[in-house]
Amino acid sequence: MPDTPLHLGVLLDGAGRHPAAWREPGARPAELLTAGYWADLVAEAEHGLLDLVTIDDSLGLQSADPFAPDDRTDQVRGRLDASMLAARIAPLTAHVGILPTVVVTHTEPFHVSTTIATLDYVSSGRGGVQVRVAARPDDAALFGRRTIPTDRDALLRELFGEAGDAVEVIRRLWDSWEDDAIIRDAATGRFIDRERLHYIDFEGPHFSVRGPSITPRPPQGQPVVAALAHRAEPFALVGTSCDLGFVTPRDAADAHAVIGSIREAQAAAGREGETVHVWADLTVVLDDDPSAARDRLARLDATDPYTDDAGVFAGAPAELADLLDHLRTAGLSGFRLRPAVLPDDLRQITRGLVPELQRRGLFRTGYEASTLRGLLGLPRPADRYATAGSAR
Amino acid sequence: MSRRQMHLAAHFPGVNNTTVWSEPESGSQIEFSSFAHMARTAERAKFDFMFLAEGLRLREQNGAIYDLDVVGRPDNATILAAVAAVTEKLGIAATVSSTFNEPYEVARRFATLDHLSGGRAAWNVVTSWDTFTGENFRRGGYLAQGDRYLRAKQFLDTVMTLLDSWHGDEIVADKAGGEYLRNPDAGRFDVHVDQFDIRGRFSVPRGPQGRPVVLQAGDSDEGREFAASTADAIFTRHGSLEAGQAFYADVKRRLAAHGRTEDQLKILPATTFALGDTQAEAEERGHEIRRQQVSGQTALRFLEQVWNRDLSNLDPDGPLPDVDPLVVDADAPRVSQGRAADRMYRDPLATAREWRERAAVNNLSIRDLMTEVTSRQSFVGTPQAVAEEMERFVEQRASDGFILVPHITPTGLDEFADKVVPILQERGSFRADYTGTTLRDHLGLAPLDTHAKV
Ligand SMILES: Cc1cc2nc3c(=O)[nH]c(=O)nc-3n(C[C@H](O)[C@H](O)[C@H](O)COP(=O)(O)O)c2cc1C
Repeated sequence: MPDTPLHLGVLLDGAGRHPAAWREPGARPAELLTAGYWADLVAEAEHGLLDLVTIDDSLGLQSADPFAPDDRTDQVRGRLDASMLAARIAPLTAHVGILPTVVVTHTEPFHVSTTIATLDYVSSGRGGVQVRVAARPDDAALFGRRTIPTDRDALLRELFGEAGDAVEVIRRLWDSWEDDAIIRDAATGRFIDRERLHYIDFEGPHFSVRGPSITPRPPQGQPVVAALAHRAEPFALVGTSCDLGFVTPRDAADAHAVIGSIREAQAAAGREGETVHVWADLTVVLDDDPSAARDRLARLDATDPYTDDAGVFAGAPAELADLLDHLRTAGLSGFRLRPAVLPDDLRQITRGLVPELQRRGLFRTGYEASTLRGLLGLPRPADRYATAGSAR
Repeated sequence: MSRRQMHLAAHFPGVNNTTVWSEPESGSQIEFSSFAHMARTAERAKFDFMFLAEGLRLREQNGAIYDLDVVGRPDNATILAAVAAVTEKLGIAATVSSTFNEPYEVARRFATLDHLSGGRAAWNVVTSWDTFTGENFRRGGYLAQGDRYLRAKQFLDTVMTLLDSWHGDEIVADKAGGEYLRNPDAGRFDVHVDQFDIRGRFSVPRGPQGRPVVLQAGDSDEGREFAASTADAIFTRHGSLEAGQAFYADVKRRLAAHGRTEDQLKILPATTFALGDTQAEAEERGHEIRRQQVSGQTALRFLEQVWNRDLSNLDPDGPLPDVDPLVVDADAPRVSQGRAADRMYRDPLATAREWRERAAVNNLSIRDLMTEVTSRQSFVGTPQAVAEEMERFVEQRASDGFILVPHITPTGLDEFADKVVPILQERGSFRADYTGTTLRDHLGLAPLDTHAKV
C-alpha cells in the first residue's frame, strides 16, 4: 500500500441522515424499531469491511430544530435506545466495531461504564461509545433534577466539563478490575484476588463514584471512546479524554486548524504518545452516475430542505474517493460517512466507494484484527491501577 | 385429566454461595457464551423466561470486598438485549433498581428491549436503598428504608405513564402522503409527584407488549402490598410447601382489594434441585453440593451476617458463639454490606436463640448448622420424583411455578431440561411448546389495552 490506509465508519440514524430519507423508494420507514432492520444495516457495513458503525441517539424525541422540540409529523419520530440496539446486533456480526451514542450528562456514569463494558463482552472486543451532552432545557425536564444555565457559553463549559468527568469515571471503572483479578483459587476458597480490584474514588462537582465496577475489565481493556466536536470545548474533550474525534471541517485548511486544537489539548493532557484519531464527518448521496446523485439530493431537499452540520457530498463514489484522498492530507486518519438515505447510500459506500479506495490502496481488503482497538491501531492499554499496586 | 399448569424460569447463577465455581465444569460468569448457553437450554425446555439479579456495588464484609463467591456481572438490560439475538421465544427478565435510576431511562431501556425481543421483556423492580450502594451514583444514598416503596411505587407508575404515552398506532410511515406520525402529541407526558417532576415527550414508541412484565421481590408487608397492586409475578424465597402456601394465600388474598384476580399475579419461588438415578444417589449429590456451597469460611461469614459482628476467630467446626448478635437500626451500616438478604433475619436475637437450640439438640458445628439453614435444595430425587413433587407444590397452591437456580454456570440447567421437563410435559403439567410469542402469552396474562390510560 502506498500510504497509511484510511479508516472508515458510518453513522446510522433512522432512515438515513436526510430528513426526507424515509420517503425514498428503498427506505423501510415502518421497520425502524425492529432488530432486523438494524441487523441488515450492520451486516452491510461489515460486508464493506468498515471499521465501525455509530448508532445515533438522543435523550428526547427527534426534532428538526436543534435548540427546541417540535411537533412535526412529516419526519421520522421515535427511536430505540442505541446501547440496547448495539448489544442486540453485536452477536450477529464478527468484525465491525459498534459505537452507540450515549448521553453522559444527566445519566449515571456507573451505568454507562457497565453498559459499554457489557457491549464489549457481547461483541468480543468490538465495543465503544460516542459520548454526547444533552444541552437543552427540555432534555433536562425529562429527568427533572437540574436546571440548565441560560448563558450558552457557561452552559457548554459546564456540560463538557461534566462529560469529561463522566469519561474519566467510565474509564477508571473499566480499569478497576485488573485483567487477572479472577483467580478461582480453590485452595484458599477465593474467587477473586481483592488486591487486584480497586476503588476509583472519583469526586467532582456533579457526582462522586466509589467503585469498583460490578463488571470485570472488558475484553479491550478500554473500549473505544469517541465524540463529535464542533467547537473549542468538545475539541478539548476529544484531546483530553477520547480515542476518536468526529469533526466537521469546511475544507482541508479548516481540518488542519481543528486537528491543531485537538492536538494541543492532547499535549496539555500529557497524551502526546497516544493515538487520537480525528475523522471528518461527511453526509453522502452517492450514485455511479454523478448527476443522478445530485438530482437525488435536489429531490430530497425539495421534499424537506436540510442543512447538515457536516459537509454534504453528492456525486459518484470515485469522486468521493478523490475528495477523501485530498482531505486526508490535512492529517485526518479517517472519515465517518453519514449515508443520506438508508440502505441506498450505505450500499453505495460498501459496494462503490470501498472497492474504489481498495483499488487505490487506501483501504483494507480484509479485516486484519479481531477487536475494534486492533482495527484502529490502538494497543490494548495497561491497567492504570496495575502498576500502582493495591488500592487498599 | 388436566393438570394445573406450572411456569418455569431459569435464574442465571448469581453472586452468592449457591453458585459453585470451583468445579471443573464451572464456566465463565461474564462471557456472553455462558448467557447464550443457559438461554438456549431454557428455550429448548420451553421455559417462560430467564432471569438476572442485580447488585450495583460489590459486596463487602468486615470492611473488605467479599471474595468467597462469584464476583462480577454484566449490565442486565444490555446482556439481555444480546440474549434476544440468540433466542426467539424465551422471556428475558432484568432486575433493575428503582432507586439508582431515573424513570425516563428505565422506560427507554425496557421499551427498547421489548421491541428488540419481539415482546419478551420483563422488569424485576427492586427497592435497594442503602447508602453503601449509593456511593456509586449521582443520587447517593438518601432513601430511608421506609421510603423505598414510596419511591418504588411512584417510579413504577411514572415508567408506566411514559410507556403508555404511545398507544402503538401512531406510526403510519406513509411515503406518498408524507405523513410519518399520525399524532403530533405522541409520547407527551407530564408527571408531578413528590419523587418526580418531569415532562416532555417520550422517545420510544410502544413495544409489542406495551409494558414489560413486572416482577417484584419484596417480602415485607409493604412489599407484598406493592406486588399485589402492580406486579405480574413475585419472585420469593419461601421454598417449603407450608411457607409457600402461607405466602401464596397471603399475597393472593390481597389482590381483590386492588381490583385484580388471582391469575393476574404469579407466585414463583426460587428453587434449587439435585437429581440422581435413585433417591439415595440424589441425596448424596445434594449433600455434596451443599458441602461445596458452605465451606468453613463461608459458614463463618454467614454467621457474621446474622450476628453482625466479626467472628473470624471462631472455628467453623466448633460450636456457635456465646455472644449475642449486635442489633442495629435498619438504616445503620452492618458488618456485611451490599446484600439484599442481610435484612432477611428481621429478628436476629430470635434467630440466634433458635439456631443455638437446634445446634444443641443435634450436636451441630457452625458449618453443619449453616449448611442446614442456608442452602438445602428445594427438590432432591429422581427426575420422576422431582417432577411429581413440583406438581404437588403447584396443585396445593404453594406456587404457580418456579424460578430454578442452578448451581453451575452455564450448564447447570441442562440436566433438568433433559430429564425433568420431558416428564412434566408428558404428565401435562408443563407446555410441550410455546403457544404464543410474547412473555405475557407464556405467563397467561391478558394483553394490555393499548388505550388504557388515554
Ligand atoms: C427472592 C428475592 C430476590 C431479590 N433479588 C434482588 C436483586 O437481585 N437485587 C436487589 O437489589 N434486591 C433484590 N431483592 C431485594 C428486594 O428488592 C427488597 O429490596 C428487599 O427484599 C427488601 O424489601 P422488603 O423489606 O419488602 O422485603 C430480592 C429479594 C427477594 C426476596
